[in-house]
Amino acid sequence: MAERELMYREALREAIDEEMGLNPSVFIIGEGIAERGGSYKVTEGLLAKYGPKRVRDTPIAEAGMIGVGVGAAIAGARPIVEILYVDFAMLGMDMIVNQAAKFRLMTGGDGRVPFIMRTQGGTGGGVAAQHSQSLEALFYHIPGLRVVMPSTPADAKGLLKYALRQDDPVMFLEHKHLYMTKGMVPDGEHIVEFGKGDIKRAGTDVTLIAWSNMIPRTLEAAEELARQGISVEVIDPRTLVPLDREMIVNSVLKTRRCVIVQEANRRGGVASDIASIVQEECFYEMDAPVEIVAGMDIPVPFNLTLEKASVPQKDDVVAAVRRSLHLDPFAEAAE
Amino acid sequence: MGAAAQGKNAPSREFLEKIFRTAYKIRVFETEGIKLYRQGLIRGYFHPYLGQEGIATGACAALSEGDYIASTHRGHGHCIAWGADVKKMVAELLQKETGYCKGYGGSMHIADISVGNLGANGIVGAGTPLGVGAALANQVNGSDAVTVTFSTDGASNNGTFLESLNLAAIWNLNFILLVENNGYAVSTRIEESTRDTDLYKRGLAIGVESHQVDGNDPFAVYEVMKQAVETCRAGKGPVLIEAKTYRHMGHHVNDPGKYMPEEELAYYKQRDPVDRARAALKEMADVSDDDIAAIEAEIAAEFADAVEFSKNSPEVTPESFREFAVGY
Repeated sequence: MAERELMYREALREAIDEEMGLNPSVFIIGEGIAERGGSYKVTEGLLAKYGPKRVRDTPIAEAGMIGVGVGAAIAGARPIVEILYVDFAMLGMDMIVNQAAKFRLMTGGDGRVPFIMRTQGGTGGGVAAQHSQSLEALFYHIPGLRVVMPSTPADAKGLLKYALRQDDPVMFLEHKHLYMTKGMVPDGEHIVEFGKGDIKRAGTDVTLIAWSNMIPRTLEAAEELARQGISVEVIDPRTLVPLDREMIVNSVLKTRRCVIVQEANRRGGVASDIASIVQEECFYEMDAPVEIVAGMDIPVPFNLTLEKASVPQKDDVVAAVRRSLHLDPFAEAAE
Repeated sequence: MGAAAQGKNAPSREFLEKIFRTAYKIRVFETEGIKLYRQGLIRGYFHPYLGQEGIATGACAALSEGDYIASTHRGHGHCIAWGADVKKMVAELLQKETGYCKGYGGSMHIADISVGNLGANGIVGAGTPLGVGAALANQVNGSDAVTVTFSTDGASNNGTFLESLNLAAIWNLNFILLVENNGYAVSTRIEESTRDTDLYKRGLAIGVESHQVDGNDPFAVYEVMKQAVETCRAGKGPVLIEAKTYRHMGHHVNDPGKYMPEEELAYYKQRDPVDRARAALKEMADVSDDDIAAIEAEIAAEFADAVEFSKNSPEVTPESFREFAVGY
C-alpha cells in the first residue's frame, strides 16, 4: 500500500479530521485547541473545517472538562477532551476513575462511555516535576479504562481512529518528544486495533519491551547492540490495556530473555506487571531474570543533567540487555 | 399552595393526580424500602428521599420525553418521578438480575440510558459535570433536549459545581442545575459549610439565571421548572434553581439524625410535600377521601408486587459474571 511521511502530530490530526468527517457526534474540547490549534498543533485547522460547535476552547478547569466529556459520552456523543499535560489530568481523576471507568459495570453493561482523553506525558527537557510525569500506571491499574501509548505516527493515527469507533473510555497518552518525529503512514483508511502489539524490530537473542518515547530510545540501543553482534527483538504493545500478552510471551519463549523499558518511575509500574506475566508464563524456559529499566523513584528534577539521570537512557538499555546475556559478569547491576 | 394552584388557569385533575401519585409513590418506596432494609433484605447504603419528594415530582413533571436527568446518591425519588419501573428498582436493591443494573449497581447507581436517566451517583457533586456533558452532547447533535442535574447543598462546595455550571453558561447549554438544599451535608449544617446559605446566588455570580423556590411545594417547583425549561429551549440556558427543603431523617437509614433539631424537623413535617400534593388533589379537584385512599392502595399494591417479583428473581451467577468481566 502507498504511504507518506507524516509527523506524529499530523497523523493525530488526520485521524481526528477523518473521524469528524465520518461521524457528526465526534467533537473535541480543550485549552487553546480551537483558534490556536493546540499547544502541540494537533488540532490546527479543525475549527475552520468543523466550526465552533465541534471544536471548542475551554476555561482552565480540568475536572469540569473531563467530567463534561464523560457525560457527553454517556449520552451518546464521541467527545475527545485534550488535556495539555497528563499531570493536569490529576484534577479530573474522580471523573476518570469513579465515573468513566465504572459506568459500564454499574449499569450492568448497558451504559457505555466512549470518552477519549488525549494528553501527553514524559520528560521534555527541563519542564520540571509537574510537567514531566509518565502516569500510565495510574490508569493501567483501574479496571474499565483503555490505555493507549503510540510511539509512531502510523500507530498514533490508527489507534486514535480505532479509539473513536469503540465504546470504552480511552486514556490516549501521547509523548511531548514525539510530536515532531516523522514516520511513514499508510494512505487511505488506516486503523490499528487495540490489544495488538507490533514488532518494531525482529531479533533472536533478547526480547525488549517498551512503549511511547522509549521505543525510539530502545531502537537506538538495539542498533548499537547489533554492532556488538547481539540481535534484539523490540516489541511495542501499543496499548497497555488491553495488553497483547500473546505477542510478549511468544517472543520471550523464543529469545528466553526479557528486558522491559519504561520512562515512568519503577515502583508500582506497568513494567513490573509485565514482568510478573512473563515470569508466570515463561519462567521455566528462561535463561536470565527479567530486567526492568525504569525511571528513578523520585519526582523529575528541573536540572537537565539530573532529568536525564532520572529516566532510562540508551546506555542503560544496552547494559541491561548485556546483563541478561551474562556478558559483563563483573559489572554492577544498575541501581 | 403554589402559583399554579392559585392562578387563573387552575390545574386539571389529571395534573393534580399525577403530582400526588408521583409524590406518594416515592413516599411508599422509601418507607417500605426502609422496612426491607431493616429486615436485611436490602444491603449496602440506602439514602431516603423522605421529605424531599416535592422536588423530583414537580421538576420531572415539567420535562418531556427525550430530556435527560442526572441524580444523586439520594436518587430513588428522581428515578420514580422520571417514570422508572418500581419492579426493576426494587429488584436492583435486592441485588437481582432483573434489576435496572442486574444487581451490579445498587441504590446509588440506578440508571437507564435508554430513557435519558444518566443515573444516581455515589460521588457527591459528580452529576453536575455529567449532566452538563449530556447537554453538550445534545447541543452538538442539534437536539433541543434539556438536561436537569439534581444536585445538593452538599455538592455546592465541590469545585466541579462551579466548573461545570460555568461551562454550561459559556456554551448556552440546555442545562438546569436543581440544587436541593436540605440544609445538611451528611451531618454538617449548611451554616458551617458556607457563609451565604442562599445557594442560588452562586449562579448569579457567573451570569446564570437563578431562582429560589420552596422545595416542599411540588407545584411551585413545577412552575419554576417549566419556565426554566422554556428558557433553555429558547437557547437561553442554563438555569440554576435552588429548592429549599429538609430531610425527614438522617443521611441514610442507619443515621438516626440526632443532629437535626426537633423543632426544625417538626416545622418541615408540617410542610410535608406529599400532604400538600394530597390536599391539592382533594381541595382543587374535589377528589373524595375514598378515591384518594384507592389511589394510595393501588400504589402500595404496586410496591408489594415489586417486592414479590424481586424476591422471586434470580441473581447474576458467578459464571455469567466471569463472562461479563472478559475484556476488563
